[in-house]
Amino acid sequence: MEFLRPATWDEALAAKAEHPTALPISGGTDVMVEMNFDVHRPSAILDLNRITELTEWSSDGDVVRLGAAVPYARIIEELSGPLPGLALAAHTVGSPQIRNRGSVGGNLGAASPAGDSHPALLAAGRGVSVEAHSVRGVRLVPIDEFYVGVKRNSLEPDELIGAVRIPVADGPQQFSKIGTRNAMVIAVCAFGFALHPKDGTVGTGIGSAAPTPRRAVEAEEYLRGVLAERGLWESGELLGPEVVQRFGELVKAAASPIDDVRGTADYRRHALAVMARRTLTWCWNDYRKQIRSAA
Amino acid sequence: MTTRTIQGQKNLQKINQASKDGIGGSPLRPDGTLKVKGEFAYSSDLWHEDMLWGTALRSPHPRANILSVDVSEALAVPGVYAVLTHEDVPGEKYYGLEIADQPALAIDKVRYHGEAIALVAADHPETARRAVKKIKVEYEVLTPITTEEQCLDPETHGYVHEPHEYRSHAYGNVCHEQRLVSGLGVTDEVRALADVVVSGEYEVGMQDQAFLGPESGLAVPAEDGGVDLYVATQWLHVDRQQMAPVLDLPLEKVRLTLAGVGGAFGGREDLSMQIHACLLALRTGKPVKIVYARDESFFGHVHRHPARMRYEHGATRDGKLVFADCRIVLDGGAYASASPAVVGNAASLGHGPYVIPNVRMHAIALYSNNPSCGAMRGFGAVQAAFGYESQMDRLAEALGMDPVELRQLNAVTQGDRMPTGQEIDAPAPVAELLQRVKDMPLPPPLDLEHLDVRTLPGALSNTSHGEGIVRGVGYSVGIKNVGFSEGFDDYSTARVRLEVIGGEPVAMVHTAMAEVGQGGVTVHAQIARTELGVEQVTIHPANTEVGSAGSTSASRQTYMTGGAVKLAAEAVRHELLERGRHRYGWTQDDLALVGGKVVSASAGVLIPIVDLLGEDAVEQTREHHHRPTVPFDKETGQGFGHVQYTFCANRAVVDVDVELGLVKVVELTAVQDVGKALNPLSVVGQIQGGCTQALGLAVMEEIVVEDGKVRNASFTDYLIPTILDTPPIPVQILELPDPHAPYGLRGVGEAPTVSATPSIVAAIRQATGKALNRIPVRPEHLTDTL
Repeated sequence: MEFLRPATWDEALAAKAEHPTALPISGGTDVMVEMNFDVHRPSAILDLNRITELTEWSSDGDVVRLGAAVPYARIIEELSGPLPGLALAAHTVGSPQIRNRGSVGGNLGAASPAGDSHPALLAAGRGVSVEAHSVRGVRLVPIDEFYVGVKRNSLEPDELIGAVRIPVADGPQQFSKIGTRNAMVIAVCAFGFALHPKDGTVGTGIGSAAPTPRRAVEAEEYLRGVLAERGLWESGELLGPEVVQRFGELVKAAASPIDDVRGTADYRRHALAVMARRTLTWCWNDYRKQIRSAA
Repeated sequence: MTTRTIQGQKNLQKINQASKDGIGGSPLRPDGTLKVKGEFAYSSDLWHEDMLWGTALRSPHPRANILSVDVSEALAVPGVYAVLTHEDVPGEKYYGLEIADQPALAIDKVRYHGEAIALVAADHPETARRAVKKIKVEYEVLTPITTEEQCLDPETHGYVHEPHEYRSHAYGNVCHEQRLVSGLGVTDEVRALADVVVSGEYEVGMQDQAFLGPESGLAVPAEDGGVDLYVATQWLHVDRQQMAPVLDLPLEKVRLTLAGVGGAFGGREDLSMQIHACLLALRTGKPVKIVYARDESFFGHVHRHPARMRYEHGATRDGKLVFADCRIVLDGGAYASASPAVVGNAASLGHGPYVIPNVRMHAIALYSNNPSCGAMRGFGAVQAAFGYESQMDRLAEALGMDPVELRQLNAVTQGDRMPTGQEIDAPAPVAELLQRVKDMPLPPPLDLEHLDVRTLPGALSNTSHGEGIVRGVGYSVGIKNVGFSEGFDDYSTARVRLEVIGGEPVAMVHTAMAEVGQGGVTVHAQIARTELGVEQVTIHPANTEVGSAGSTSASRQTYMTGGAVKLAAEAVRHELLERGRHRYGWTQDDLALVGGKVVSASAGVLIPIVDLLGEDAVEQTREHHHRPTVPFDKETGQGFGHVQYTFCANRAVVDVDVELGLVKVVELTAVQDVGKALNPLSVVGQIQGGCTQALGLAVMEEIVVEDGKVRNASFTDYLIPTILDTPPIPVQILELPDPHAPYGLRGVGEAPTVSATPSIVAAIRQATGKALNRIPVRPEHLTDTL
């Protein structure tokens, strides 16, 4: 096994172009586990730890550009304002040690349906995109097109994830995850939700309940319609139990989970409906408070 | 040399003051700080110049015939020194803890997923792993025998071991069985005496010991043709006894030294890598180290027996038990391991700490193609406690009685007889334990105004902000035996030496006791301080140069090896005082060793120990045997089978998110009689640890086996409690001395593991109204989505 240790981002891209099967590693919280289990014996490892710009983030006030290797611990500490959904998701990743090492770039690289970042990224708005860098240039992959199969993403063999661009939250966001213990657990299933009052849309993301992370598109459309038709964005009135219930049912219907060692498909569907109802209620209550205090 | 005598009551009080680090004190463990700082040397840290790394090829199939094994390509890998199969085993091909039914390396067939078939030694662990992949095995894959129904119908589904291979009283895939009948047994006439009858079927999943230090050790070939093995184990001498015949060596040429043990909980009672490392070392003439990876560890040790149990209890209208009937089926997996003894425990303790006039019991362990099961903390008593305590709650409900009062009404006490006919001839304060646990203050109710999500089910997973949360409270009590039972003489040996080092009297305690984290080394030093009046105690490394210390299991080490240290120290003291009497003509009969001096209650200080010892050392070796027991009668289960009983009562308070089926144990209270707390801090630690392991079984810990294949051999998917799952565990300790035990002490480590699980399940039942007949309780059980 070759061990490649580029000093700069350009060197890293050149190395990836030369060794397209090289496996990039940063925190190693996923890669090393897979190697320990003998799942992967990559021909080469591409160590990105010397490339400091990957651990930086910036914001222009509208969009956060999150370096691929910014660890979860810093997302919680530094970005819970602009990226509240992602920060909540980061809270549920592994243990403190893992949150100090693991990053969204790693989650995206592994593209596991159980990755904790994905539901939050999917919910955060249509503007979320992944910067796929290569010696050929930079390609912006919309998050909806990023996940293509079980543990497969749409990166080309010569591409590396440089950063993720995430719109700054313009409304409340929530994230819930089911695990069979109260910390340090892989998601049985997870749900991300966001209100986007600026463009009158809502965002959803389902984790661990389909071959890929996915949105509950019909649930989003239904809720967007209800909010618009009833003038709820402006009035901030209660949604009513029927709307919340219907939203939960549509989220449940959007999943296609399996039975596995972590949980049954039936439980996953059931739990998604509950999480959808709860996160919607929390967000809407927060939104109502916001517009009332603004009024 | 002069004898100084200090007169006066005041001075006497001072000199009679025992060491604060003697028994009853709580000196800190010598290994504690090192372990917390990551500096403790575990068996996996062993290193030897020129050592090789060993690893095993393991079967991917739970049941298959091996048609051929071709090792030639593996042998050709550069860096590989040896590849061994069963044909290379020089001596006996089979070994086992109780029944020698397990091949050192598979012979012509494999009986469980993960069974070792061949070994490789190479100069690098990665080379060894790669070479293993080059061994070509041709299998004829067979349908595994995995369910109770399949096991008990061998004519249709086949035999795990051919009947002609049985080395014990096994029959038809039943590895061992024990029946028990007391009173009138359970007949229709007896049933008719009861006003209320409740019955239930209960299931316990396969729990793992989940120790953190993987199986590991270093075998070093010796010039005399023997081998020195440094290993993490629970019983050095019984390892040696199993290893030597397989290695074709006399016992004295197989020398074992305990290496740093990273937890055990029963999972190191059986051999794992011991024989394999020695075979490779003897073949290559080089030191060989084996360290299991985490997934290999899940295949490399036995687990807690999964159980299916059927209970029926009858009582009078006012709550007095009339009869109890029970059948317990334990899945022992491919090899016997400790199954016979686990069956004996399940049968003899399986009706709980209750007075029941008429009892019937049938407990069996099956041979199957599932992973082998054997010893784990609680040892057969854990599974049964989930059954009988669930029944007690069900009975209380049927009677409209308070569940604690029902238990108290039927609780055993000193002088009562167990269903085995054995009289409980030591304190058995079961009703009092229950009363005390009930009287402890309850935690405050959930404060929805000031929520901290970390305190809710789901915690930082942020699944509830108070929605769906219902609190429940449950009680339970359990019984466990201490020490080996059924006629086994599991004696312990200790050697104690007293000499002057650097001007101070220093005691050296040498035993073969496996320190697996229980704190035995701390207690041994405390005993030596108390008995010899010295402060400095050195604990000699545990090895086979001294006699057996028995197993670090069955809650027995403080009782048995602690007892041996006491005997040896007393013998040293006796010899020392005799020397003084002889030399100085002391006539007092009130001599003691206190504060480094020989003192007389009447005459004061006679002489410093250093002066009496001079250049000499006093050394004594003693064996400690517990009072004899007898095997249970095969048909009636009658017999004085257990050395000592121990009891713990628990109260669990849980918050359940009833919509999502998530559980947070809010508090888990324990009250236990320990006879005498030699080290109160360690005792509390043992009880809290035992409760936590019981919590794991209640709500999360299970090895998932499908068609004989293990599906979650990792800590990613075999979940054990984190600190966010572990509640405050208030502990109350009772010290009612057992007249038969050294210092009156009672084994501590297992009782809470037996008793705590049912209290948690009872609390979840109260919160949810669900029947919950299976543990671990999963979210699916609570949301009807299984």
